[in-house]
Amino acid sequence: MAELILDVEHLSKSFGSNKVLHDIDFEVHKGDVISIIGASGSGKSTLLRCINLLEDPSGGKVLFHGADITEKGFNLAGYRAKVGMVFQSFNLFSNLSVLENCVVGQRKVLKKSRAEAESLAKEYLEKVGMAPYINAKPRQISGGQKQRVAIARALSMQPEVLLFDEPTSALDPQMVGEVLNVMRDLAQEGMTMLVVTHEMAFARDVSSRVIFMKDGIICEEDTPQNLFTMPKKQETKEFLSRFMAN
Amino acid sequence: MSKFIDDIVKCWTLYGESYIDGAGRTIVISLVGTIIGCIIGFAVGIVQTIPVSKNDSLAKKVVVKILKIIMRMYVELFRGTPMIVQAVFLFYGVQMIWDVTLGMWPAAFLVVSVNTGAYMAETVRGGINSIDPGQTEGAKAIGMTHVQTMLSVILPQAFRNLIPQIGNNLIINIKDTSVLSIISVTDLFFVHKSVAGALYKYFASATITMLIYLTLTVTASLLLRMLEKKLDGDSSFDLATTDTLAHTSGMLTYHEKKKDK
Repeated sequence: MAELILDVEHLSKSFGSNKVLHDIDFEVHKGDVISIIGASGSGKSTLLRCINLLEDPSGGKVLFHGADITEKGFNLAGYRAKVGMVFQSFNLFSNLSVLENCVVGQRKVLKKSRAEAESLAKEYLEKVGMAPYINAKPRQISGGQKQRVAIARALSMQPEVLLFDEPTSALDPQMVGEVLNVMRDLAQEGMTMLVVTHEMAFARDVSSRVIFMKDGIICEEDTPQNLFTMPKKQETKEFLSRFMAN
Repeated sequence: MSKFIDDIVKCWTLYGESYIDGAGRTIVISLVGTIIGCIIGFAVGIVQTIPVSKNDSLAKKVVVKILKIIMRMYVELFRGTPMIVQAVFLFYGVQMIWDVTLGMWPAAFLVVSVNTGAYMAETVRGGINSIDPGQTEGAKAIGMTHVQTMLSVILPQAFRNLIPQIGNNLIINIKDTSVLSIISVTDLFFVHKSVAGALYKYFASATITMLIYLTLTVTASLLLRMLEKKLDGDSSFDLATTDTLAHTSGMLTYHEKKKDK
């Protein structure tokens, strides 16, 4: 078994009296590509946001190489630099150029020199096919391009794990492909990824494991072959059949 | 009518230089006051938007809470009282407590800055809150701290959105420095009062003064519009490639390269 990077133990989250995550348990090993699927409102995004502490978990632990990230005094900035996140709504910095978007984190958080940061940023922008656009501002490029820049921004921090929160849900159908292609390449290169997605084909073909969530619990977790062809739980069957019917 | 023109000519020939000096002081006081006020406003606005999470140490929570209460009191005090009273209060207060008599310039800068700062603090808070919280999350997600996020991402955008309001403040200050004559600041209004008193030409002197104030405010307004335009930047950008066939969607080059492999 590859090295254990993230260990989520009994994680729960409530917003007021509304409990959105119950007792979530799973592990992320180096090189895993885990897709998290499920209906809207099943807690997928909240789970991802808890892992990056954009939401404070209400209970349980998230261990990163054995250290609990919810402990007081944990180096949160350093952790976030190692766990990249790509958002549904891109969240690029609108005042900065494409290049600067990928440079600012390296400069401020990793304290790299400008030259070093820029060359790394260009390398990753090249990888996602956005190298010609380094001088553009986010408002000047399309949604799919923005999302590819957002991926390059996350990669520029050279993270150990990348979290994707529905990266294609805000995109036109023809732009979905360009983003999924980039993600597919990353998966093949061995990037550890945790992907919340409604793209069943991506979950089936690219991931090494699939987690199906329903009502804030992990309903079923398996390899994509098993989960898509012979789901064990009735809920999984119903979700998949509804999805395939669409 | 010809008497009125005669009066104006008389005021101007006798005291033209004083008007210009007064206008100069008005400009300096309102510019410096607005700039320092903006700095105060940005500082207070940043402190008021510091997020506190439950994982922060108790010391940080207490310090931030106390700072926020002090800032809030400052804003309410100076936004909620007239500047003319603040001028008297600060001028004589400093004299009373520290036994220092402030000169004209320090007194004027102090009053205008703290007054502008109180208004700007609220404006900056609004400006910060108006920037899409997604960008703050994006910055958090790559490990940037609150201060780093503010300086590199949020404030430059908030600043752009606040320029009309900064302009408002500058124009208000150009006019409202007139109340400083109560602590003997010899600004444009002070000159007007002196000239009018010396020559008994109230209407003529007021007309000259009105025109000078209007010139100042309209100029300020034009300059700020230009700054706004400049900060918006170019609406076009250069593709960083020598390939003239590079497709504008950026996708074709990507796919073609992949096929070559």
